[in-house]
Amino acid sequence: MASVDFVNVKKSFGSHPVIKGVDVEIADGEFVILVGPSGCGKSTLLRMLAGLENISAGEIRIGDKVVNRLAPKERDIAMVFQNYALYPHMTVAENMAFSLKLKGASKAEIETRVKPAAEILGLTPLLDRYPRQLSGGQRQRVAMGRAIVRDPQVFLFDEPLSNLDAKLRVAMRAEIKELHQRLKTTTVYVTHDQIEAMTMADKIVVMHDGIVEQIGAPLELYDQPANLFVAGFIGSPAMNMIKGRLDPENASRFIALDGTVLPVGKPVEAAKGKDLIYGLRPESMRLDGSGIPITVVVIEPTGSETQMMAKLAGVDVACVFHERVAARPGDIINVAIDTRSTHLFDAESGRRL
Amino acid sequence: MASSTGKSFLGRFGVHIAVLIFVAIWTIPTLGILVSSLRDKNQLAVTGWWTALVTSSQNDDGRLGTAADQVEKDGKFLIMGNLLKAGDNRTISAFGIKSQAPTEFAAGAVADLGDGVTLQVNDDGFYVQSSPVAFEGDRGRRIYFASSMPPRFTTDNYQTVLFSEGIGRSFINSLTVTIPATIIPILIAAFAAYALAWMRFPGRALLIATIIGLLVVPLQMSLIPLLKLYNGVGLFFGVPAKTYLGIWLAHTGFGLPFAIYLLRSYIAGLPREIMESARIDGASDFEIFIKIVLPLSFPVLASFAIFQFLWVWNDLLVAMVFLGSGSDQLVLTGKLNALLGSRGGNWEILTTSAFVTILVPLAVFFSLQRYFVRGLLAGSVKGG
Repeated sequence: MASVDFVNVKKSFGSHPVIKGVDVEIADGEFVILVGPSGCGKSTLLRMLAGLENISAGEIRIGDKVVNRLAPKERDIAMVFQNYALYPHMTVAENMAFSLKLKGASKAEIETRVKPAAEILGLTPLLDRYPRQLSGGQRQRVAMGRAIVRDPQVFLFDEPLSNLDAKLRVAMRAEIKELHQRLKTTTVYVTHDQIEAMTMADKIVVMHDGIVEQIGAPLELYDQPANLFVAGFIGSPAMNMIKGRLDPENASRFIALDGTVLPVGKPVEAAKGKDLIYGLRPESMRLDGSGIPITVVVIEPTGSETQMMAKLAGVDVACVFHERVAARPGDIINVAIDTRSTHLFDAESGRRL
Repeated sequence: MASSTGKSFLGRFGVHIAVLIFVAIWTIPTLGILVSSLRDKNQLAVTGWWTALVTSSQNDDGRLGTAADQVEKDGKFLIMGNLLKAGDNRTISAFGIKSQAPTEFAAGAVADLGDGVTLQVNDDGFYVQSSPVAFEGDRGRRIYFASSMPPRFTTDNYQTVLFSEGIGRSFINSLTVTIPATIIPILIAAFAAYALAWMRFPGRALLIATIIGLLVVPLQMSLIPLLKLYNGVGLFFGVPAKTYLGIWLAHTGFGLPFAIYLLRSYIAGLPREIMESARIDGASDFEIFIKIVLPLSFPVLASFAIFQFLWVWNDLLVAMVFLGSGSDQLVLTGKLNALLGSRGGNWEILTTSAFVTILVPLAVFFSLQRYFVRGLLAGSVKGG
């Protein structure tokens, strides 16, 4: 096991930069998730760590060793790919033993390493099968088994759950997390699914357009998004953004473009007079007869909660209520806003105030 | 719904009919050669192969013995003998003494020929001609008979062509040419295809373009320059002009562009992640090639092997240029060509030789054809 450090890492394909200077520190045994929309460079970053892509500038360290120029096999890492990348002509056992065989391990040693790995993942009855005879979840497990057998310094996962159906994905999510708790191997995991990131990570690195937008624990990102991008990316349904300014007289009053007044939890005196964006989580509204009137557009009861699209201050906002709401499209209902979870962003720079 | 079912039924019916026709077009001549090659050469000469299972009848004529053969017995003069030679297994059904009525008398009956002369011909060809007075003249009587021949199948033809006509030796020559001329290009092309598909090096695109360009160079154009080159180089190393090594190299050269092209496009289509995964697992390029790419490419290697094998096996031109025409170097196609000239009338020799020639391609095709059909990649990646 080892820590992983990215120091001002850059990558460009030809003249087109895809990673524009990334600094991330990953502690020994940490489960870190790189998350971002497609094309943000997260997979490229992982492949640079794996040694599958060259590093244009900067430094990547595993432990104390700079690995920039090392071949993948010298980095002591194991990687799980999105489409599993099992060797189709080998059985499950042979797939798992492949790296050991290349190292010239003895039969007995291979046995003693493959067996427990198969045990952990429940693959023991499948050891003699070929990949084509396995289901998607089983293949995914074999890919993980292949990584475990190596007992590497770092596990790399490249969107490992994207090919699974929704139910299996939830199950595998728990399995990977449990595996990490058991093995405590430093793990770098790439996904575009923020729920995966929120549920599994010790630390999330939000990437966008080749740069790191924010690094932090899952709830930290949720509660204190550093900028508009992170605010919009983390959380589902996404945070509502309402344009407007602070009341010049009272900084705890936010006045939207159409004049609607919204409460501000932490007033920022210095922001008076600037164009601002008011961030409001869908979950931080509750029904209150004396609150702000909103017009229901679409209502989606899911049983445990009620999701709603409504017009607030002239813009469409998503709301989630934990109670049943007996309203119909076109109705006007009154909601109160929980001022502990309102956010203010500078409209120009996008930064949190 | 009903109309669409009807249409698809018609469509399927059409497809089945078409398949049947193609199968028939391909199979019937092959079957004809096989049946002909197994028939008795006398039967083959008079009837077509499709009558092979039917007893064939034919009218023939023969001469009885002369006066010199007569014996006197009980006051009668007899000439006895057999119309059919020993080993002839025909059965005589009728006979006659006039060409207008060749089947006047049934076999076994005693025919009265006038002047007390009688003739009896049994169905096995044995005859007795008897006369109260001594026969005269030194020419035997001509008689006509209808004979029928039961179907007869024999492997004699194969023995003949393999051991006395030299087809056996040519068969071995052809194998000597074909097997190395199939394996060598596959070996070279597989390595080249992997490098051109998965290894990054300067000039790769140019190299691929050159190889694609070589696909269209006509063989006939390069044949003689190649021979001169080979002879020149051979002279330098003291290798004689017409050797198996020369034809192996020639076939390898002619086969390589297509081999590399075919293998490269297949190998380039293997999932990238498998190679990357192997690389992370610690495999070098060579190990990836040997342990991952080669086993996964088996279907395309097999299909190229079939192409190359058939092309080399059926080749006459390159063999004529690069090999001599002595019995130790003449390949099957050359031998067939020679037989066509010298034994053009002997159908049993030609059909048997032809069948020996197609035997190997048939075996190769049937043993490897499943690799055309089966995808070895199922299960490696999602949806694969």
